[in-house]
Amino acid sequence: MKIVVCLKQVPDTEANIKIGSDQKSVVEAGMKFIINPFDEFAIEEALKKREAGTAESITVVAMGPERTRDALRSSLELEVNEALHLVTEDDCIDGLAVAKVLAEQIKSMDYGLILMGKEAIDDGNMQVGPMLGELLGIPCISLATRIDIEGDKVTVKRNTDSGVEILESPLPCIITCEKGLNEPRYPSIRGKMKAKKMEIPQQNISLGTAGVEKISMTYPEARSGGRVIGEGPDAVAELVRVLKEEAQVI
Amino acid sequence: MSNLLVVAELQQDTFRKSVFEAVCHGKKIAKALGASVHVLIPGSIDKQQAAQLGEYGADEVLVAAEEKLKLYNADLYKSVIVNTAKQLDAQVVLFSATFLGKDLAPRVTAALDMVMASDITGYSVDGGNLQVVRPMYAGKVLAKLKLSGKCVISLRPNIFGAEKINEGQQAPVKDAQLPALESKVTVKEFSAKGGDKLDVADADIIITGGRGLRSAENFAMLEKLAALLNAAVGATRAAVDSDWRPHGDQVGQTGKVVSPKLYVMVGASGSIQHWAGMSGSKCIVAINKDPNAPIIQRADYSVVGDLFEILPVLTAEIEKNR
Ligand SMILES: Cc1cc2nc3c(=O)[nH]c(=O)nc-3n(C[C@H](O)[C@H](O)[C@H](O)COP(=O)(O)OP(=O)(O)OC[C@H]3O[C@@H](n4cnc5c(N)ncnc54)[C@H](O)[C@@H]3O)c2cc1C
Ligand SMILES: Nc1ncnc2c1ncn2[C@@H]1O[C@H](COP(=O)(O)O)[C@@H](O)[C@H]1O
Repeated sequence: MKIVVCLKQVPDTEANIKIGSDQKSVVEAGMKFIINPFDEFAIEEALKKREAGTAESITVVAMGPERTRDALRSSLELEVNEALHLVTEDDCIDGLAVAKVLAEQIKSMDYGLILMGKEAIDDGNMQVGPMLGELLGIPCISLATRIDIEGDKVTVKRNTDSGVEILESPLPCIITCEKGLNEPRYPSIRGKMKAKKMEIPQQNISLGTAGVEKISMTYPEARSGGRVIGEGPDAVAELVRVLKEEAQVI
Repeated sequence: MSNLLVVAELQQDTFRKSVFEAVCHGKKIAKALGASVHVLIPGSIDKQQAAQLGEYGADEVLVAAEEKLKLYNADLYKSVIVNTAKQLDAQVVLFSATFLGKDLAPRVTAALDMVMASDITGYSVDGGNLQVVRPMYAGKVLAKLKLSGKCVISLRPNIFGAEKINEGQQAPVKDAQLPALESKVTVKEFSAKGGDKLDVADADIIITGGRGLRSAENFAMLEKLAALLNAAVGATRAAVDSDWRPHGDQVGQTGKVVSPKLYVMVGASGSIQHWAGMSGSKCIVAINKDPNAPIIQRADYSVVGDLFEILPVLTAEIEKNR
């Protein structure tokens, strides 16, 4: 079985986000980019499945601008088998438009399992996985914290708002990965050396008309400064009074 | 007249709190669009309870009381929603951005080729088009988006509030029409969360512990305070990664996003990734021994000192004030 992992490159979680003069774009100069943290779980899980012998190969697919190559290179350092770059300079916040591009690409590929992140931490959409499932006509199980494959069946554990579920699906299917699934590894020196020599094929794509149009971006209102009530247990009585009388939250 | 469809979520045979918010703001959007509000409930619910959604603005309530829908299955729920949305030719389908809403909304969007915005925190209607506001980059930026054509939106819970728009009004309750219900995915096991454990996503008050707590056992102190305030206990990633708390309790960029009325942080520094999950709280309190911890600058109120000395006194003081 072959695994496809969908990866997005996103700004580092620590990054300072500066809105550009057009009010629509983010200033990228000097910004550090990383593999979307949830997609790291997807890569790690794919590596584990290959190590266990349930998967023969791993292909990572990422759509995005030129800089996306760096994230794909990082995935090759982890020793995935191949990486494919779908190139577009469009900053696409329309989940369905992204899912359509990925579906178009993946449908002609050979895959038994598609692993994705539950959410990209830049747009925070949490959309592309379930949409892709719909477009490819295969099941999508979201927010996995455990994935077991046996033959052509996969068992997934996940936490919902109301409890814990164990789900079973035939392959092929899509699974989106949640924190807790695994601990992503660091690349080895061997992996780094190998990745240097590997090609990352690029393919230009065009996004369909997006139904979501960004009008503007603003910063959230800064919270008005904090107030230190006091030090140690002596301050507690005043804290409780303030919470009751001023803030009226208890 | 056009139609707006609200999908209502049940938990233990009754409405989740977010349902009232969704119906009420569904009504407000519908009004601006000149649409009527239909609420679809997958699962079974007492008819009288269903009719009461009229008070929050529902014009009609459709109940899909079918055995197969008792346990959540994304494909089956999606089929029912898609079927109803098609029948109504719904212009807007509205969810709450709970686990279920986040799982279902994109499927419905793709199946109906609509346009989607998740987790919105604001909206307006302009010339028949919906404009929404939603946080991006973990809340560091708010984006205003225009949605063209038929759209699916999910509302971030606890932001909008619910009001009874039509006090005393009962909505007509009907059976939803059911399509063929098939899924390749089966639920092998479901264990409901203990009834007494409040989820951070639902709580009005959250008491979060961080690395400063030092052990899983010490979280009992937070549990005690939480019980007094009917609060949920949250955790930082440091606490979760130390195996002191389950992953489901983590608040932050890679955890849950919450917006309670009171958020108390004990022995947690207020990292940028944690802030991403709780900055929408109405009131933030910090208890930290380091006067230079980032959270002290940003919390509304803070007490500087050793949490092991302060917490017992705080718990006693709140008990006394009941
Ligand atoms: C990609 C990525 C995603 C992340 N996602 C998240 C996330 O979703 N949620 C999250 O929380 N973090 C997340 N983090 C981790 C984050 O960067 C911080 O490491 C983490 O939030 C720190 O947790 P903490 O505040 O408990 O610990 P620390 O930063 O170590 O703070 C502990 C605090 O406790 C105080 N303290 C210690 N002892 C006492 C005492 N006896 N009395 C009073 N105060 C005391 C200290 O002064 C200190 O301020 C993420 C990091 C990365 C890189
Ligand atoms: N541009 C992209 N290229 C490849 N995969 C993507 C892209 N955008 C999103 N994904 C995948 O979809 C998941 C959810 O993204 P989102 O719906 O944007 O929150 C991510 O974790 C990725 O696995």
